[in-house]
Amino acid sequence: MSWKSDIERVRAVAWKDLTVERHTKANFNSVAFLGALILMLFGFALGADSTALRTAAAGVLWLAVLFSGVLAFARSYQVELEGSALESLLLYPGSRWTIYAGKLIANLVFVGLMEIVIIPVALALYHLQVPDRWPTLIAVLMLGTFGFVTLGTFYAAMASRTRAREVLLPLLLFPMMVPVLLAATEASNALLNGDPMGNSGAWIRLLVAFDAIFFVASMFAFEYVIEE
Amino acid sequence: MTGVTIAEPASPSRTRAARFPGFGLIAALVFAATQAFALFTTPPDRDMGNLVKILFVHVPAAQVGLLSVALLLVSSVLYLWKRDERYDLVAASAAEVGVVLTALTLALGSIWGRPTWGVWWTWDPRLTSTAVQLLILVGYLALRSFVDEADRRAVWSAAVGILGGLNVPIVYMSVKWWRTLHQMQSSPSTVDPVYAWGLRLNDVAMLLLLIFFVRRRYEAARTQREAEEMLESAALGRPVPNEAANG
Repeated sequence: MSWKSDIERVRAVAWKDLTVERHTKANFNSVAFLGALILMLFGFALGADSTALRTAAAGVLWLAVLFSGVLAFARSYQVELEGSALESLLLYPGSRWTIYAGKLIANLVFVGLMEIVIIPVALALYHLQVPDRWPTLIAVLMLGTFGFVTLGTFYAAMASRTRAREVLLPLLLFPMMVPVLLAATEASNALLNGDPMGNSGAWIRLLVAFDAIFFVASMFAFEYVIEE
Repeated sequence: MTGVTIAEPASPSRTRAARFPGFGLIAALVFAATQAFALFTTPPDRDMGNLVKILFVHVPAAQVGLLSVALLLVSSVLYLWKRDERYDLVAASAAEVGVVLTALTLALGSIWGRPTWGVWWTWDPRLTSTAVQLLILVGYLALRSFVDEADRRAVWSAAVGILGGLNVPIVYMSVKWWRTLHQMQSSPSTVDPVYAWGLRLNDVAMLLLLIFFVRRRYEAARTQREAEEMLESAALGRPVPNEAANG
């Protein structure tokens, strides 16, 4: 098996998932809407004070991404369980990691698009101004999203095939997300306030390390997990 | 036909388990002795009074709890590598004992924090990362309880055990950066020398307890697995496998 055919397989799995998603847009729409709704609800909980909203904004945005994104991962395997599609997928020759990588890409696109929808909502609701260093902010967002989707895609492969999938996935995933949540929130907060202390660099390095460690570990462990 | 063959394979593990309470008794006695030693030979702290002595359970529980996470990580890796069910059961036992020790650490930290800091909970880095460690272990055990098929449960929980174990130091580091450290963790080298020996001895005693608990839990898990396998074989009308009793 050459790497070329592996890439082809990754692309095929990603394309398949995205096509299914495109044909049932309802799913994306409701998840994105839920994200915006969560932002709204946190606004009510925090009160209408501009300063309070601005201080909490980065954390709230990440919680909205986590709470709504977790629904996307479960769905990514639920489609495979109907009509034992997963068994057929496993019957195709080739490395198993390609299934993981394909689903990872599809989920990245899904969560990324969702963020594109809810970030403007967050900017408006939480009285935020786009800072000068917005490219770094986007990098933080992408790194955080990658860490989240890496573990989410991996845990969903197990959780969605158990009896208690609704509760099990967040129960497994959210404690693991603590470093991502802290790093992304702190780095975003620092950048939104101009980062006078230069704190964001350390958090970004932590995000990169987290992403690298868990991407490799998930790739390695997925081969075992998907076969059982 | 079935009566004799079913009863037989269970006996080796039963003798193993029966031998082990001796070790448990010793561990309990050692723990009681080191506790008594630490409590009675050390003076009260100038600021905290006798409250400081909560340290003799709190710190060993935290350290040995961390050790059980390491045991979970190592036995999970070994399971995926060797595919020997025993590693899976060791991992499960380590996680269960780890939950108890981590919860104990948190409870004692909370009891200590109330009079010292004036609050039951503070977002102190140690406290927070210990709480996250507890949640990771609980997640691991939750996954185990929701998967019925033994092989699948073993592989999945090994994967979750590896990722969770890897994350514990990362969580600690991130939380530490998040809250600048305001209470250095205690160890024999950071406490006043009068407390150091009490702490060291209690570390050893807690370690013995860890070994005892993990071992007991492991024996229980093995017996349970053997029973499951026998039920399965009986239900399928196959002769009862004798491999179940080996090892």
